[in-house]
Amino acid sequence: MASNSSSSSAQQRLRIIAGHLQKRPEDEHASVAAQECKAETPRSNPSSAAPVPKRRQEIMKWNGWGYSDSRFLFNKKGQAEFTGKRYRLSGLILPSLKDWFEGTFGANLQHKSPATPTVNLSAVAPPNLNEPFIEDLKAAGVAASHDPEDRVFRAHGHCLHEIFALREGRIGRVPDMVVWPSCHSDVEKIVELACKHNVCLIPYGGGTSVSSALECPHEETRSIVSLDTSQMNRILWIDEKNLTAHVEAGIIGQDLERQLNEHGYCTGHEPDSMEFSSLGGWVATRASGMKKNIYGNIEDLVVHIKMVTPRGVIEKSCLGPRMSTGPDIHHFILGSEGTLGVVTEVTMKIRPIPEYQKYGSVVFPNFQQGVACLREVARQRCAPASIRLMDNEQFQFGHALKPQVSSIFTSFLDGLKKFYITKFKGFDPHHLCVATLLFEGDRGKVLQHEKQVYDIAAKFGGLAAGEDNGQRGYMLTFVIAYLRDLGMDYYVIGESFETSVPWDRVLDLCRNVKERIVRECKERGVQFPPLSTCRVTQTYDAGACVYFYFAFNYRGLSDPVHVYEQVEHAAREEILANGGSLSHHHGVGKLRKEWMKESVSGVGLGMLKSVKEYVDPQNIFGNRNLL
Amino acid sequence: MASRALYSPRHPVLKKRDDFEDVLEERRRSSDLRYALRCYTPTLYKGLVPCKVSMLKSIVLQSDHLQCVIKQVSSESGDSTECVAEEASLILDEMAHRMQLSTVRFFVFTLSKAFKRLFRSVCVNEEGIQRLQQAVQEHPVVLLPSHRSYMDFLMMSYLLYMFDLPLPVIAAGMDFMSMKFIGEMLRMSGAFFIRRSFGGDKLYWAVFSEYVKTMLRKGYAPIEFFLEGTRSRTCKSLTPKTGLLNIVMEPFFKGELFDVSLVPVSISYERVLEESLYARELLGVPKPKESTSGLLKARRVLSEDYGSMHVYFGHPVSVRSLAEGKIKRSQYNLLPRYIPQKPSVDTHEFLNDAAFRLVRIQEENMVLKPWVLIATLLLQNPDGMDLSSLTEQTDWLRHLALAFGAFLDWPDHEACSEVISCSLALHRRLLSVSAGHVQLSVTDAPQVETTPEEAVFQRAVVVLSCASYRNQILHVFLRPALLAVAMQSANSSRKDDIYNCFNFLRNMFSNEFILCPGDSVQDFEEACYLLMKRGVLQVLEHEIVMSASGQSTLAFLCSVLEPFLQGYQVVCRYLCEETNENLTEKEFIPAVRSFALKLILAGRLKCCEALSSDLQKNALAALLRLKAVRKVKVGDQVTLKVNKIAVNSLEDTMGKSDVISK
Repeated sequence: MASNSSSSSAQQRLRIIAGHLQKRPEDEHASVAAQECKAETPRSNPSSAAPVPKRRQEIMKWNGWGYSDSRFLFNKKGQAEFTGKRYRLSGLILPSLKDWFEGTFGANLQHKSPATPTVNLSAVAPPNLNEPFIEDLKAAGVAASHDPEDRVFRAHGHCLHEIFALREGRIGRVPDMVVWPSCHSDVEKIVELACKHNVCLIPYGGGTSVSSALECPHEETRSIVSLDTSQMNRILWIDEKNLTAHVEAGIIGQDLERQLNEHGYCTGHEPDSMEFSSLGGWVATRASGMKKNIYGNIEDLVVHIKMVTPRGVIEKSCLGPRMSTGPDIHHFILGSEGTLGVVTEVTMKIRPIPEYQKYGSVVFPNFQQGVACLREVARQRCAPASIRLMDNEQFQFGHALKPQVSSIFTSFLDGLKKFYITKFKGFDPHHLCVATLLFEGDRGKVLQHEKQVYDIAAKFGGLAAGEDNGQRGYMLTFVIAYLRDLGMDYYVIGESFETSVPWDRVLDLCRNVKERIVRECKERGVQFPPLSTCRVTQTYDAGACVYFYFAFNYRGLSDPVHVYEQVEHAAREEILANGGSLSHHHGVGKLRKEWMKESVSGVGLGMLKSVKEYVDPQNIFGNRNLL
Repeated sequence: MASRALYSPRHPVLKKRDDFEDVLEERRRSSDLRYALRCYTPTLYKGLVPCKVSMLKSIVLQSDHLQCVIKQVSSESGDSTECVAEEASLILDEMAHRMQLSTVRFFVFTLSKAFKRLFRSVCVNEEGIQRLQQAVQEHPVVLLPSHRSYMDFLMMSYLLYMFDLPLPVIAAGMDFMSMKFIGEMLRMSGAFFIRRSFGGDKLYWAVFSEYVKTMLRKGYAPIEFFLEGTRSRTCKSLTPKTGLLNIVMEPFFKGELFDVSLVPVSISYERVLEESLYARELLGVPKPKESTSGLLKARRVLSEDYGSMHVYFGHPVSVRSLAEGKIKRSQYNLLPRYIPQKPSVDTHEFLNDAAFRLVRIQEENMVLKPWVLIATLLLQNPDGMDLSSLTEQTDWLRHLALAFGAFLDWPDHEACSEVISCSLALHRRLLSVSAGHVQLSVTDAPQVETTPEEAVFQRAVVVLSCASYRNQILHVFLRPALLAVAMQSANSSRKDDIYNCFNFLRNMFSNEFILCPGDSVQDFEEACYLLMKRGVLQVLEHEIVMSASGQSTLAFLCSVLEPFLQGYQVVCRYLCEETNENLTEKEFIPAVRSFALKLILAGRLKCCEALSSDLQKNALAALLRLKAVRKVKVGDQVTLKVNKIAVNSLEDTMGKSDVISK
């Protein structure tokens, strides 16, 4: 019954290693990397995985999602496959994806819309360099570059319009140079020099923003410097007494988790982008992790934050777990989206790696029943580490990603399951939906917890549908961004967006937003009905987080990105009109700025503005997000 | 799309309308019984939540909204919640429909028989039906028919059954319920009953609104109600009520429904069944209480010819498109949706505006028969007309009406004189025709002796009956007529002066006619445009000048409004001359009536329409709105305090035409 996936056995091995590490003498435990900050210090941690290189383009796509070696493609036989070796899906054939893809979007494998293969460096404007700044920087010994590839790579996040433009070889305003501080004091120097020479700084972490937050404001006339935090990636200490770790903010999610695992710990913070997104980015956008039910969202996880601002360093004086010292200054930092300064170091809560993990899934006859079940689970406060409810369209999507089955027996079993659910139980395959579950903890409690949740599900007509379906559901979230690149090869564009909403409005919001998308597409001349689907991804006491996927075939449209943006805009209006929030965890960036006043009131916005004015009167952190 | 239909270009002439088809034709050829029993498979709403009538009741009673109000009422009144809940349940029992197909089939059978006897044809625009079929599948539908006769909702259900559309549930006034058997029959064919007034009754309102909303949200059935609130006794559209409109829109405002389609339906009769009944009612002969025996006595009605009937299903209007940019739905974000909330000022304004526009659509789609033109002319010529000149003028008026966008059903290939003689024959009860001279007259020969008062009333019955036909076309002439009168009374050709007069008149008459609030400038421009196009006026930058050939048209248009101007002046005169300090609201109508009667008997007033209680009520409402009269509550009486100076000045501004000779 236990999860027998390779990742879990690797974790067991790690736990053993961690056990060895724990036997070290007491005074050593708190000094994993507490050495003098020097850029090329040999790493004390025994991790074999390479950290993020300065030239990210060497391992990652310059105009798409993720690693260069991993991508979906339709092979010569017209079957979809996923290349590379990094993922469970890597190297596998996905036989039903083609039919789903063609059926859903009216797309055709004959109609390709390939991307420009390489960066057209001549299209990159020459850098607008601030020479005195560069000289001072050189004197301070901070690594820097104005190589066009480096600059292009840091000029965008992963919004549709950003990637679409890159694929077409269009390059807009890019940073004029990139700097790589290697520690807190480097950042202090950079910020000081930026103030001195009036240079615009844009902090850059993992580059996974989907709110146009990394876009260079075109009205900016100063030299723009992208401050890449990727080299500040060490765990500085782990405190097992208080279960905290002090970490440099440039570390990316998967490295942080892996390194902590080596010590037998984890943060449990797993946003869908955790392979690439950074700790500093999480803090700056108020990120949320899939397992927040156990570990909490980023604001629950941080104990201490150090941020360098033009006014100096902001931090608290102790590591107390809670303080009543006026409004929590962390909340000026959390969600500041790079407008106030650079987060350099964070003290985070850590937890021992859970003993046992188990996936699960439940099929419901329809989405309403599913939502009712999630609401009940939230009411009883017994949500597993993760519980997500996919609507019917997404369930079918997930199905299309089923890899080729190895034996006739498995496919026979699948057929039997399907027969049982649709014929025997009478679920309509066009209405049924699936909740995916992830339980964590010690074995006994997990099993008990599992029973409790399945019992609730049964009250709402839910049928347990196996671990496999559950696990595939979670896999979908990691590969979805790769899938978008595949779609874009065949005239299909799309994106996701999210909101949070009170429980009683979840159903209405989902229905109305989905329908609004379909309508808007039709009105704007989209030839085929779009994919408009949603899932409930997080449960809270008072509401839920809802995630929408929206994609369509853009053949026949002269300006598909504009159409896309109009529809997304309308969808956001619909969300707000239905009592949803402007964002649950993606942030505001520049994409959703226009609604900020409406969202937080004029006074609220004024408060934020006055903080910005005090902290950064010269607008050094000039990415113009949020306000 | 739908919103564009609502805010259509202001030049109705360009309006394209659907063709009609007679639905009785088929009925005359095949068996009514088989028809009534045929397989009925309506098109259904895609989001339909199947739900039985009995379930409906418990859903409403268990709803968060009603539970919340029950608790509120209980804590305010001190009664136990069980007690209040019981009361709610009783209210719902009294209200709820119990639609069942067998009753509907019975109605279909009997109505087929009845309609065939009453009407020569019942014409429906089939394209409208097709649009409705489409709309019904997409979103919950609200049917908004005009209301001129009891026949209206019977006919609606009949037609929907005929075209395999879902049968509507109909908001009906409580007065029907007192008709023992019929009331129950109507209930079983989908009518639900609401009290005429329940202003302050929170619980009643909650039960009622939740009942309607539940049916809408579940897509249970199309909701049908009358925007005008009651049957129009004058065949003029009535100022719309917004209460029910708010109820059916709220599920959209609160995000419970993606959209709601409003379908205005215009039902017009060549001869209204209740014709003289209405006239008597307006003259103060009280309306007979609805009773089954009364209905049976009305069987005489069945033996007469009521000509043809037209039902026009308008374009569905999407509430979503209507509300776009006008209603901020996020205003509902901060309060749990089950807690009742009074509509905000903005919402109220929106509802009012939407209601007016919907009634305007009803008006514009109302089919007009040739008789309407004839009636207009006969009323302007109380001494009668020669048939030849009647023919000539009717033809002239027909072209004028068409130029103004009237939806006229004029037989294509018949001579004008032929058409006219047909119309006269159908309406012979209101006329006398002798030696080529046509005159409105009392045809029910006066038995024995009548007092002068009785004679006036008998004549008034004919005039008001006839006026009810003229009234049908008023909306076509209204704006140009207001302009014509404004030009006459402005005594100036300056555009500003004329506009001011126009605006004053428009304001004065906005209880009398459907004039969308805030549309003053558009109305003025529309009037100018129409008259300019007709060659009556030249509209320059700062001036409006009458063309040489325009005199007759302007004179005609002025006399269209004449009865109303006179009627309002009579009301003003009464308030200035005759009232003492303690005029109560109740006494107002009879007192004005006898004042007007006195003027008529004295030969100082020619116009019988001043006797109409509808006109008197509207005039009072206008004076109250303009604050020339105030209502003051004294004890349990409401008395009217008249500001004589203000009333006098309004009367003067209205035209000083001194119609009422001293």
